[in-house]
Amino acid sequence: MTNLETPLLKQHHDLGATMVDFAGWSMPLRYSGDVAEHQAVRQAAGLFDLSHMGELMVTGADAAAALDYALVGHMSRMGLWAAKYTMMCTPDGGVIDDLVVYRRDWEHFMVVANAANREAVLGQLRDRIAAGGFDAEVTDETASIALIAVQGPAAVDIVTAMCELGAEDPPALKYYTAANVLLEGGHHAFVARTGYTGEDGFELFVPADLAADVWTLAMDRGAERGLIPCGLASRDSLRLEAGMPLYGNELSRTLSPFAAGLGRVVNFGRADGPERGDFVGREALAKVKEAGTERVLVGLVGAGRRAARAGYPVVTEAGEDVGVVTSGLPSPTLGSPVAMAYVDRGVSEPGTSLAVDVRGRHEQMNVVALPFYRRGA
Amino acid sequence: MPDIPDNLLYSAEHEWVRGDASPESIVTVGITAYAADALGDVVYVEAPSVGDEVKAGDVCGELESTKAVSELYSPVTGVVAEVNGQLESAPDLINSDTYGEGWIFKVELTEAAPDLLDPDAYADVTE
Repeated sequence: MTNLETPLLKQHHDLGATMVDFAGWSMPLRYSGDVAEHQAVRQAAGLFDLSHMGELMVTGADAAAALDYALVGHMSRMGLWAAKYTMMCTPDGGVIDDLVVYRRDWEHFMVVANAANREAVLGQLRDRIAAGGFDAEVTDETASIALIAVQGPAAVDIVTAMCELGAEDPPALKYYTAANVLLEGGHHAFVARTGYTGEDGFELFVPADLAADVWTLAMDRGAERGLIPCGLASRDSLRLEAGMPLYGNELSRTLSPFAAGLGRVVNFGRADGPERGDFVGREALAKVKEAGTERVLVGLVGAGRRAARAGYPVVTEAGEDVGVVTSGLPSPTLGSPVAMAYVDRGVSEPGTSLAVDVRGRHEQMNVVALPFYRRGA
Repeated sequence: MPDIPDNLLYSAEHEWVRGDASPESIVTVGITAYAADALGDVVYVEAPSVGDEVKAGDVCGELESTKAVSELYSPVTGVVAEVNGQLESAPDLINSDTYGEGWIFKVELTEAAPDLLDPDAYADVTE
C-alpha cells in the first residue's frame, strides 16, 4: 500500500507520538497515554489529527440527486451548512461505508469517508453517477485537506479562542452544522460541530499547507484549558463508550444498517412526506426492514475485570453460542469491561445475562442499552 | 528508544528479571518498557498467585490495556514467592515505574535460568 502522510507528521514526531500504520497512513496511536487522553476528552479537551479521513467533493447541478441515489439518506433535503450521518450500501443492502456528508453549497457536498474505504466510496460514487446519468462529478481532495478535531467540553471555548474577533461564532453553531470560520492568522477553516467521541466538539477542515499553523494555534489556545493531543487509541475507546459503530468492526458489506441498529439512516420516504426516488440497495433494505435480522448489535457490560475483544464468542450461561464480539475494551469511564456484539435476537434484551469466552474462560456480561456513556449523564 | 537498564536480565518475551538467576535465589520479574509502550496504559494485571509453580517460557498471567491484551510469560522456572499487590489498584505503575514499583511477581528459582538475555542481546530483540 502507498505510504500516505498527514501534513502533521512533524508535529506528531516532535510530540513523541507512538505512530501506527492505519489504512496505509502513518498516524499517531498515542502521545502521553491512552487513558489520560481519553479522560482529557471527557473532562476538558483533546486534539486529534484525522487527516487520514477521505474528503470527496461532489459537485454539479445534479449533485444532490446523485447522492440521493448513491446513498441511503435523503441528501437533497439537507439545508445549507448541514451535516448528516449516512451510509453507502451495496445493492444487496450491505454497508460499503458509513459517512458524514456536509452540504457546503446547494451544488457542493463534501462526503467524508473512512480512510480504508475512500477508494471504494470514490469508485462507487463515480459508477453510480454514471449509471444514473447525473450531471455531477466527484473529486478526491483528501491529500489537500487536513482534518483537525477539537473534542471535549472545553472545545467550544478553545475553538472560539482560535477565531478572529467578529468572525463566525462557533458557540452559535448547532450540533451537526458547519460554517466557514476565520481563524486567527487569517486562515479560513470549514468548521463543523461534529465528532466521534460522545462529547461536544468541532472538526476543522483546513488546507493541508495550513495544518501545522492551525494545529499549533489549537495547542496554544487549548493549553490552559486542559487540551492535550490525542491518538487513535483514545479515539477508539471514546467512540466505543459512546456506542458509535466502527466500520470493519460493527459495520461491513455483509451486515445491513438494520442489524447495527442504524436503520433510521435509511430513508425510504413517506407517503405524506417528500418524494424519495430509488437508491442503491433500496429493495434489499426494504426487505430487511420488514423481516428483521437474525442477529442485532447490543452493548455488553462485564461484571469482572477481563475484557471481551473483537472476535470473541458470546455464549449463554448454558454455553450455547449466540453471537460474536465486534469491539471491546476496559472502559476508562465506567471502570468495567464494555463491548459491542452481534447476538441472536432472542437474547438481545437489556438485562439478559450472557457470557463471553475470553481466551477459554467464560466471563459474565449483561446486555445493556447503548450507549455506555452519554455526556452530561 | 525504550529504556533497557544495564543491571537486569531479559527474556525474548519482554520480561525483565532482577537478581541472581541461580537456583534457590529469589528474583523479581516485570515487563520491559518496550512491552509497556506497545501495550499502552495497563488497566488490569492477572498475575500468578503465591505458591504457583511457573516455568520459563510458559504463560502465567495476562496484562490488559484499553487497546490490547497480552499474555504474561514467566522468564524463569520456580515457585512464586510474592506478588505485587499494588498493581491491583494501580496497574499503571507498570507504565509509570516499569523497572521499579511496576514489578509484577517474585520467583524462588528451582532451576538456573541460562537462557536469559543480557541488555545488549535484548536490545537486538527490540530492533
